[in-house]
Amino acid sequence: MKLGILVNEGPYNHQASDSAYQFAKAALAKGHEIFRVFFYYDGVTNASSLGQPPSDDRNVTKNWQKLAEDHKVDLVVCVAAGLRRGIVESNLAPGFRISGLGQLIEAGIQADRLVTFGD
Amino acid sequence: MDEMESGIVKKFMFVNRKPPHGTVYALEVLEMVLISAAFDQDVHLAFLDDGVFQLKKGQAPAGIGVKNFSPTFRALEGYDIEKLFVEAESLAERGLSEDDLLVPAEIISRADMGRLMGEMDVVVTA
Amino acid sequence: MSTLHTVNKSPFERSNLESCLGHAQPGDAVLLLEDAVVGVLAGGILAGKLADAAQTLKLHVLGPDLAARGIDPAQVVAGITVVDYGGFVDLTVTAKAVNAWL
Repeated sequence: MKLGILVNEGPYNHQASDSAYQFAKAALAKGHEIFRVFFYYDGVTNASSLGQPPSDDRNVTKNWQKLAEDHKVDLVVCVAAGLRRGIVESNLAPGFRISGLGQLIEAGIQADRLVTFGD
Repeated sequence: MDEMESGIVKKFMFVNRKPPHGTVYALEVLEMVLISAAFDQDVHLAFLDDGVFQLKKGQAPAGIGVKNFSPTFRALEGYDIEKLFVEAESLAERGLSEDDLLVPAEIISRADMGRLMGEMDVVVTA
Repeated sequence: MSTLHTVNKSPFERSNLESCLGHAQPGDAVLLLEDAVVGVLAGGILAGKLADAAQTLKLHVLGPDLAARGIDPAQVVAGITVVDYGGFVDLTVTAKAVNAWL
């Protein structure tokens, strides 16, 4: 089945991005396809290349990057929400791409389910 | 854009349960709603719990230094987004009535809101 | 087909669970995750309400979120099923849509 995921919160204040990542990993392990992960609201900050969490903690951005690399998951950051919060091409972590909100609506239409993680 | 001509029409619901201004959710969900209009989907907006305050008349957030986006709700009709549902119990619990709303909306019971939610294909919550 | 409702807020702090239970339709599934898991202990004041809800809804709680917070699955109200992330995926696939009570 094709699953779409919406992440509404940033990487560390809230568990939302971690939950979404664990959900995505479990879905892939079961043979499902992740059609797209869309990052909106403060969720766009998951895509910052500038974060440097302490080495004894998980790196949420790198978790997503690895998932994208290993499974060709489409990680899309909302352009308008990113501009508001200073996430632009120059500090976008590899593996993410910036695009419009239409990509979320498309995920809602094309994926069999859309699952939201937020606060 | 190809996706706009996919031919698939789903029942979308944008669920609003938070009041405006204290957090950004009410503002940015409206941006999603406006974009959704371009995809010819069957779009529903639900206002329940504190979300009913998003439609409150007379919002004047100049004093707190944030943008007043509430007039955007009046523009939705121009985008053919006309299915606005407000939960009666949520209004009543907060001392509000239909007269407090800045746009026409269908006032429905909590039971009917639950049934309506159950009919949706895609539920997006801010 | 039924809906999967997800609730991620402590029911002691916010009304998300209350609102979810007030709107979910008979036969729907509910998954408590993240901070919402603090409400599922059999010795807690919500135990009765959850047991009642379990008569018409399929209640679940996310095991890894219980474990993270030191809650033993044996302490969970009877009638609530403990699932892992794979179980969350299965609930998503089985449902018609997912409604997140954020």
